Amino acid sequence: MPFPLLSSIIFLPLLAGLLILFIPKGRTGIIKGVATAATGITLLFTVFMVTGFDYNNTLMQFSEKLSWIPQVNINYHLGVDGISIGLVFLTALLGFLACIGSFGIKERQKEYYFLYLLLNTGMLGTFLSLDLFLFYVFWELVLVPMYFLIGIWGGPRREYAAIKFFIYTLAGSVAMLLSILALYFTSQPHTFNMLELAAAGSAFAKSFQIMVFVGFYLGFAIKVPVFPFHTWLPDAHVEAPTPISVLLAGVLLKMGGYGFFRISFPILKDAAIYFALPFAILGLINIVYGAFVAMAQTDFKKMVAYSSVSHMGFVMLGLASMTVTGFNGALMQMFNHGIITGGMFLLVGVIYDRAHTRDLDKFGGLGAKMPVYAGVLVVFTLASLGLPGLSGFVSEFMSLMGGFTAFRTITIISVLGIVITAGYFLYMIQRVLLGPLNAAWAGIADINKRELFTLVPLMVVTVAIGIYPLIILNYQSPAITELVRQIGGLLL
Amino acid sequence: MVKFAHLIPLFPFAAFAVNILFGRRLKKASALVSIGASVAALAIAVMAYIGNAFGGEGSYTVGRWISFNGFALDFGVIIDPLSCMMLLVVTVVGTLIQVYSIGYMHDDKRYSRFFAYMSLFMGSMLGLLLSDNFVMLYIFWEGVGLCSYLLISFWFERPAAARAGMKAFITTRIGDTGLLIGILLLFFTTKTLYFKDLAGLGINDATLTVIALLIFCGAVGKSAQFPLHVWLPDAMEGPTPVSALIHAATMVAAGVYLVARTYGLFLTQHTSLIWVAYIGAITALMAATIATVNNDIKRILAYSTISQLGFMMLALGVGGYEGGTFHLMTHAFFKALLFLCAGSVIHAVHTQDIFKMGGLLGKMKATGWTFIIGGLAIAGVPPFSGFWSKDEILSEILKGGHPVLFGVAALTSLLTAFYMFRLIFVVLFGKPRSELHAHESPAVMTVPLCILAAFAAFAGFFRPVKFEFLTMGVSIAISLTGIGAAYVFYILDNKLLPASLRSRFAFLYKLVSNKYYVDEIYGALIIRPCMRLADIASGFDSKVVDGAVNMAAYLSLTAGKVQSWFDLYIVDGIVNMTANVTWLCSAILRRFQTGFVQNYILIAFFGLAIMIFIKLIGGR
Repeated sequence: MPFPLLSSIIFLPLLAGLLILFIPKGRTGIIKGVATAATGITLLFTVFMVTGFDYNNTLMQFSEKLSWIPQVNINYHLGVDGISIGLVFLTALLGFLACIGSFGIKERQKEYYFLYLLLNTGMLGTFLSLDLFLFYVFWELVLVPMYFLIGIWGGPRREYAAIKFFIYTLAGSVAMLLSILALYFTSQPHTFNMLELAAAGSAFAKSFQIMVFVGFYLGFAIKVPVFPFHTWLPDAHVEAPTPISVLLAGVLLKMGGYGFFRISFPILKDAAIYFALPFAILGLINIVYGAFVAMAQTDFKKMVAYSSVSHMGFVMLGLASMTVTGFNGALMQMFNHGIITGGMFLLVGVIYDRAHTRDLDKFGGLGAKMPVYAGVLVVFTLASLGLPGLSGFVSEFMSLMGGFTAFRTITIISVLGIVITAGYFLYMIQRVLLGPLNAAWAGIADINKRELFTLVPLMVVTVAIGIYPLIILNYQSPAITELVRQIGGLLL
Repeated sequence: MVKFAHLIPLFPFAAFAVNILFGRRLKKASALVSIGASVAALAIAVMAYIGNAFGGEGSYTVGRWISFNGFALDFGVIIDPLSCMMLLVVTVVGTLIQVYSIGYMHDDKRYSRFFAYMSLFMGSMLGLLLSDNFVMLYIFWEGVGLCSYLLISFWFERPAAARAGMKAFITTRIGDTGLLIGILLLFFTTKTLYFKDLAGLGINDATLTVIALLIFCGAVGKSAQFPLHVWLPDAMEGPTPVSALIHAATMVAAGVYLVARTYGLFLTQHTSLIWVAYIGAITALMAATIATVNNDIKRILAYSTISQLGFMMLALGVGGYEGGTFHLMTHAFFKALLFLCAGSVIHAVHTQDIFKMGGLLGKMKATGWTFIIGGLAIAGVPPFSGFWSKDEILSEILKGGHPVLFGVAALTSLLTAFYMFRLIFVVLFGKPRSELHAHESPAVMTVPLCILAAFAAFAGFFRPVKFEFLTMGVSIAISLTGIGAAYVFYILDNKLLPASLRSRFAFLYKLVSNKYYVDEIYGALIIRPCMRLADIASGFDSKVVDGAVNMAAYLSLTAGKVQSWFDLYIVDGIVNMTANVTWLCSAILRRFQTGFVQNYILIAFFGLAIMIFIKLIGGR
C-alpha cells in the first residue's frame, strides 16, 4: 500500500492537537512549537502532493478508499484533482502562516491550539473527501472549533458573532444534509460517492435536481457568502482574532465555492444550467453591492470583510458563465482571494495590535512611521483592487471573460464595480497611510520580523501568479475543461 | 536578427527591485542604479532603432503567458517605427530626468524610494510601448497608472498630494474600464487580441465602432482628454521631475500612443475617428483657455500638456497619423524641458505663483535661456521642433477638409503662443514681484536642461522637412501674434481692452479661471451620489438584510419563549392540573371517608331521599 499522503495531510494536525492535550498548560513554548511543526509538515506534505501531481491526468490522484460503514455504503474515500489541489495547498499554507500569526494570542493557549489544529483537519478533510457523508462530517467538524475560536478569543461582541456564525451555517448545512440524503436514496445503487453520483447525474429528473440543488445551494451560498446570506461574515470577521479571520476569509468561504465545483455543478448539471442566470445576477449583486457597502465602512476589518463579499461575486459570475474560461477564473479567484485577503487580514491585525483600534478615521500618515508596513499594505491593496501584474487581475479578468460570453450586460455592470473597488481601497490607503501623521501614533512601531514572515510568502505567490498565471492554470485547467465538458457547458 | 528588444524594460524593473529591497542601504547610490538601468535600456533602444531603420520590422514572440483549453495568449514585442521612436524618446527623456532628479530630490528623506518608483515607471512604460497585444498593453498600462499614483502622492504627508494621487488613479481607471470592456468585446467579436490583426477586421461595422470608442475611452483617461482631464492639473502635486517625465512627456502620451497603435481599427471605423478628432479639438481649446488665466507655473504647463495632447488626438482624428505621432515626439522633448525649467525655478524661489516671480533671467541664465527655447518650440516658431510638427498637423487638418477643426486648431495655437510667453515674460523678465533669493541650480540639473533644449530645438529635423508654404506662413503669423499679444500685455503692461469691456466679460474670466466648474459638476453629479449610495447600501445592509437575519433570530427566540411558556403553563400545566384535580377530588372524597357508621347511614339516607325526589319530579 502506498504512503497515505492525503490522510496524513488531513490527520496530522488532529494528531498534533491531541498531543497538545497532554502537554502541561504552562509550557506554551512547546505547545506553539508542536502546532507550528504540525502545520509546517502538513504544508510540506501538500508540497509533495503538488510536485507529485500529474496535471494532464484529469482523474483523481493519490486516491484512498476504505470501506467505513458498509451497511449503508459509506466509504472513507479521499482524492485530489486539479479542482481541489489549489485549495488544499492554500489551506495548508494559510494554516501554517496563521499558526505563526497566532503567537500573539496569550490566553488559554493550550485550548486555542488544540481547536486551531482541529479546524485545520476539518478544512483539509472537506477539500479532500470524495464521499458525501465524509464530506459532511468534515464540513460540520469545521463549525465547532470555529465557534469556540470566535466565541472565546474574539472581540467584545464575540458571543453574538459566534452564535450567529454557528446557527447560520448550521441552518445551511441542515438543508445540505437533506439534499445529500435525497441523492443517496434516489441513486441506484444507493451511494454517497461523489464521482459515481456525477457519472449518474443525468439520470436524475430535472425537477428533482432543482430541489436538491436548492438544498445544497443554501449550504454553500451561506458559506461563500452570497447576497443576502452574507451578514454573518462581517460580524464574524470583526470579532474573530486575526489568524481566525485569515482562515475564515481565506479558506472557509472557499468551502462554499468548492461545493459548487465538486457537488452542485457536476452532479446536478441540469439544475445548474437552469439556475445560471440567477447565479450571474447574484454574482453581480455581490460585486457591486459589496463594493458600495465596503466603501461606507469605517472599521478596517469590516471593510475588508465586505470586500470579500464583492470579490466572491466574481466566483459566482465565473460559475454562472458555464464556460471553461469562467470556471477557470472562478476557481483561480478563490485561490487568489484566499492569498490576498488572508494577507489583508494579517495586515489589519498588525495595525490593530499596535493601535488597538480599527477605526479608519483615527489613523492617518502612518506611511511615514511604518514604511515597510505601508509598502506591504499597498501591494495587497493593489492586488485586491485587481491591478494587472498581481494575481487578482488574472482571475477577475478570466471570470469577466467567461461572464461576457454568457451574460454581456451583467458583466459590463460588474466591470464598473471594479472602479468602486479601486475607490474604497485607495480611500482606505489615504485614510491610513497618507496625509499628516496623526500625533496619537507618533511612537508606533513598524511591522516586525515575525509578522513580515507571515506576509512575504503570500506576497510572493501574488506576484508570481500575476506575472505568470500558468503556474496555477496548468494545474486546474485540464480538470476544469473536463468538468465543463461533462456538464455540457461552453468549451470557451 | 538578434532578438533583444524585450530586455529593454527588464533593466529598469531590475533597478526597481534592487532599490525597493536595498534602497535604505544604498542611499544615494540608488540613483546610480536607476540611471544605469535607464542608460542600458537607452543603449538597447538605440540598437533596436537602428535595427529597425535598416532591417525593417522586427516584431517577435517572447513567450506564452496564458493558455487553457486551446486558448493561448503569447506575449511578444512589436518593433516598428512608432515603437522605436517612442522607445528612444522615453529612454532619452527618462535618463535625463533621472539625472536631473539627483539635484532636485537631493535632500528628500525617501530618496531611494523615489528612484525605485521612477525605474518601475520606466519599465512599465517601455513594456507598454513594446506590447504586441491588448492584454499585455493593459497590464503595463495599469502599471504606469500605478507609478503615476505612487509618484503623485509621493509627498503623501500633504493632504492635497494624497488626494491628487487617488483622483488620478480613479479618474484614469474610469477610462480603463472602458478599455477593458473594449478588449473583452473585441475578443468575443473577432477572437483576436493582437494589434497586427486590427486593420483587416471590417469597415464601418457597428460593433467594431463601439470597440474603437471603448478603446478610445482608455486613451481619454490616460491622456487627460475632456471629460476625464481633471486629474492631470492636480497631479502637479507630485515632485516636478515626475510631472516632467510622467505627466508631460511619456505616460500621458500613452493614450495618444494607444490610438496610434490601434490606428488600423480607427481608420476602418469612420465614426470613431470623428469622435477622436472632436474630443481632441474640444480638449485642445478648453485647456488652452484655462492655461491663459492660471497663475501656477506647473498648472499652466499641465493645462498646456492637456491642450497639446488634444492637438495630437485631433491630428489622429483627421487622419494625420504622421503629424500626430511626430508631435508626440517633439512635444515629449520640449514639454519635459519646460517642466524641468519650471522645477529649476521652483527649486530656486520656492513658490509656484508666477506673479511672485519676475526678472529671473538675470540670475538663472541656463534655466532662463533653455526655458525660452522650450517656449519657442511649443509656440511654433521656426526652426524649433514644435513648429515642424504643429505645421504638419495644421496642413493635415486643412487637407482633410475640416474648416471648423482648422479654426479650433489655429485658435489653440494662438492661445498656446500667448500663454507660454505670458509665462515666460512674467517669470523671466521685468522686476521681481516679491523678495526672491533666486540662484542658478547645480550642474546636475542644468546639464540635462541644455541637452533637452538641444532636442527641443532640433528634433524637428529627425525626419525629412516638408515645406508647405501656405500653412507655414499662417502658422508663423499665428505664433508671432500670440507672442506679440503676450508682449503687449505683460511687458508693456498695456491693457488693450478698455476697462468697461473687461468688466463686461468678467463672467467669462470667472468661468475659465474656475476651469469651467468641471470638478464641481463631477462632485455634485458623481462623487457625492456615489458616497451617498454607499451609505444607503450600508444602511440597507445593516438594517434590512442583517435586520431580517436578526429578526428571524428574534422570532425564533420569541417562538421559543412562547413555546417554553406553553410548555410550562399549558403542557406542564395540564399535567399539573390533572394531578391537582385528582388531589382535589381525593381531598373532597376524603371528607366522606370518615370511618363513622352513622355518617355513612346519614349519607345513604340523604342519597335515597334525593333519588326519590328526582324520581317524583322526573316521573311526572
